[in-house]
Order: sequence, then structure tokens, then C-alpha cells
Amino acid sequence: MNEAEPLAGMAGDQVDLEAEFRTSNIQEVLDKLDRELVGLVPVKTRIREIAALLLVDRLRRQFELTSETPTLHMCFTGNPGTGKTTVAMRMGEILKRLGYVREGHLVTVTRDDLVGQYIGHTAPKTKEVIKKAMGGVLFIDEAYYLYKPENERDYGAESIEILLQVMENNRDDLVVILAGYKDKMDRFFQSNPGMRSRIAHHIDFPDYQPGELLSIAKLMLAGQNYQFSAAAEEAFTRYLELRMKLDHFANARSVRNALDRARLRQANRLFGRRSGPMTREDLMTIEAEDVLASRVFQDGKLDRDPQ
Amino acid sequence: MMTNPGNRLTQGQFSFLPDLTDEQITRQIRYALDHGWAVSVEYTDDPHPRNTYWEMFGNPMFDLRDPAGILMEINNCRKTFPHHYIRVTAFNSARGTESPAMSYLVNRPQQEPGFGLVRQEAEGRMMRYTLHAYAADRPEMERY
Repeated sequence: MNEAEPLAGMAGDQVDLEAEFRTSNIQEVLDKLDRELVGLVPVKTRIREIAALLLVDRLRRQFELTSETPTLHMCFTGNPGTGKTTVAMRMGEILKRLGYVREGHLVTVTRDDLVGQYIGHTAPKTKEVIKKAMGGVLFIDEAYYLYKPENERDYGAESIEILLQVMENNRDDLVVILAGYKDKMDRFFQSNPGMRSRIAHHIDFPDYQPGELLSIAKLMLAGQNYQFSAAAEEAFTRYLELRMKLDHFANARSVRNALDRARLRQANRLFGRRSGPMTREDLMTIEAEDVLASRVFQDGKLDRDPQ
Repeated sequence: MMTNPGNRLTQGQFSFLPDLTDEQITRQIRYALDHGWAVSVEYTDDPHPRNTYWEMFGNPMFDLRDPAGILMEINNCRKTFPHHYIRVTAFNSARGTESPAMSYLVNRPQQEPGFGLVRQEAEGRMMRYTLHAYAADRPEMERY
């Protein structure tokens, strides 16, 4: 019974999915995902499904039930600040744990990094980016800008062609993730049916609920060693309600910016009473007045920063 | 006496060994990348040992994490120049070194005629020797 066992869970004619699952440490990554990313239920479900698929695939290979390497190219759609980049970054780590990619690093690019400025510039530029991303994840933000239908001489089409080729031929070398707003992305796929068919996973990132945004705010603060006082928490809840009705609301990104401004006001407030004694608690706590000073409360307008 | 049967060019690392397989090349590239060296692909059809600077195939590849991209370039180069010498160099940019740290052949012509020894009679009974690659008699791109 002591033959060289290729993987943990194998015993004769049976395999142990549980053992395989435990040795891959994937639970750890999924837990981390659950802890650090608030909400996003459809996204987490899909990631869990992909993880399960890759695990089962690994077991199938032990019985030589070969199947094609699954395509894992993905498309993330959603409003700004819904965590597309953050999830993409995690994706690299997850896929590395599952042995699907070798390095698991993330290369983030936009149109500028892929498309050249004159004839013959695009192909080497795109290829260079692809080479850098090999062994990891290529994240193309606002991918729909690659294709400009109004200009038929646009070099973006050339870039798309090269990408398509690589997505098909180098499937085990890199995973391509496209990201962007839902409506624009749909239009992009309509004019590039080849792209649509090569992407197996279309994941939609829902907007956050007010409660989720508050948890995100608390997570962000905890990460920077700050905390809300009870009154400040209540004030921030009200702030979110007002802010969500205004223009340019960018979910978690707006929360981060609001917190940055609150920290600014907190520092200013502490500086104002610098003659008195100060405790560690004081330095950590954001009070209600730091939040309430926002212009969103006073005249229902945005703070100077439009985000 | 035939010291080098087949007249195989022996320049760089591993050149006395059988040709590297793609898998072995990948392992060597990974070694270079793990050290943070920039890998590039070069080709030539002039085998003279003093021909130091070969033609570069594409740009040197910086910031790569995985050998697959470089292997892709090597295969492109093999397709473009199937009868040339192709080598992979890894450049170490560390201060004080700043020179290639690895260099090995990954492609060679099917037929390598090798080198002849040319003797030149000079003043008195002096004799000058020089190496001459038989292939270099023909013009560039038609040598192999």
C-alpha cells in the first residue's frame, strides 16, 4: 500500500475529496475572502464554484479521466468601487493555491498599456504585457475602451486579436480578467462575439447596501488603527444615507474618501486642543463631529472632492 | 585529430552537452528569473568566437515572472531563423556586475561545417594563424 502516491487523498480505487481539500489550504483563502470582503454574495459563490471545479478536476486527473483544462478567463462587471480589482487580486492567489497558475501575480493594465500609437507599435506592446502577465492574472480595466467602433483605423482591434489568440492558445499560462461597467461591457461583447465566447465566467458585482458599507468603513478604519465612537458610527450611517442619494457615488471608494476626510478633520480637531493631555484612545477615535462637519450634512452638497 | 565530432559550436554554457530540451530551457530561465536577471534572445549566423554582439530578437524582457513568455519568444525566433544560432542571455544589472550572467545556445544549424585554420606567412619565418568559419564564405542569411 506504500506506492508513491501522487496526491494526498488517493487510496486504491477511491479518492478522498476532503483530504484533497484540506491539503490545498483553499479553505484558508476562502475564509480570508469572507472576512475581508463584505457582501458580494454572487461573487463569492462563483469563486467557491470555481475552486470546487478545479479540485474535482485534480482528482479526475488521478483516474486519468482527462478533460480539457477549463477556461478561467473572467469578466467582472459592476459599478465603481464594488471591489473588482480587489477580487482580481485575490483570484491570483486562489488560482495559485489550486495549481492553476504558477506565480499568481496580478498585472493591471488599461488601454494605454496595450494599444500603440502608430502602425506596428501595438503588437509588440500587447505581447510585452502578455509576457509579463504569464504565470499569473492579466487584469484589463475598462476593457471596452480597447474597441472603438467609431474609428475603423483604431489599433485597439489589433490588440484584441492578439489577446484572443493568447486566451485560446496559452490557456494554462495566464488568466485574463476583463472589468468594466455593465452596460458598456455588454456593448463591447456585442461587437466582439469572439471575446464573449472565450470568457466562461461573467460575474456581476452588486452595489453595496448601507449596512455593508458601514462594515466596510469599520474594516478600513480597523486596518489603519482607527475606530468610530458610538455617536460617530451613528453619524456615519446617516452620512451614508445622504451620500448615496447624491451623484458620483462610488460605493467602497466613496467610503474610503469620506474616511480620509474624517481623519483629516480629526487631526485638525486634536491639533486645536494641543495644550491639553491626550490619550492613545483620543488619537484612535473618530468622533461624531469629525463626520458631521461634512458638507453633505450642511447643504446637501458633495465635499470638494467629487468622489 | 577530430576533437569535436560534428563540429558542434561550443560557446556559452552547456554547449558540450546534447541540445537542451524545452523543459530544460524553462528550468534555466526560471533560475535566471529567480535571480532577477533580464533575459533576452539573440541570433546570428556568424559562428566566429570573437563575434560577441549578436542580433537581438525583440527587446530584452524585463519584469517577467514566468518563463512561459520567454519560451514563446524563443520559439518565435526559431520559427523566423530556423538555421541560425540562437542563444539566451541573462543580464545581471547588479552594481559591480552589470554583465551577462548566463548565456547558452538554444538553436543551432542542422549542418555545422566548423572552422578551418588559416596560416599566413609573414616576415622571416614567422607564421600567423587565424580561425576561419567555412560558413562565413557565403553571404549573410545564406550561410546554413
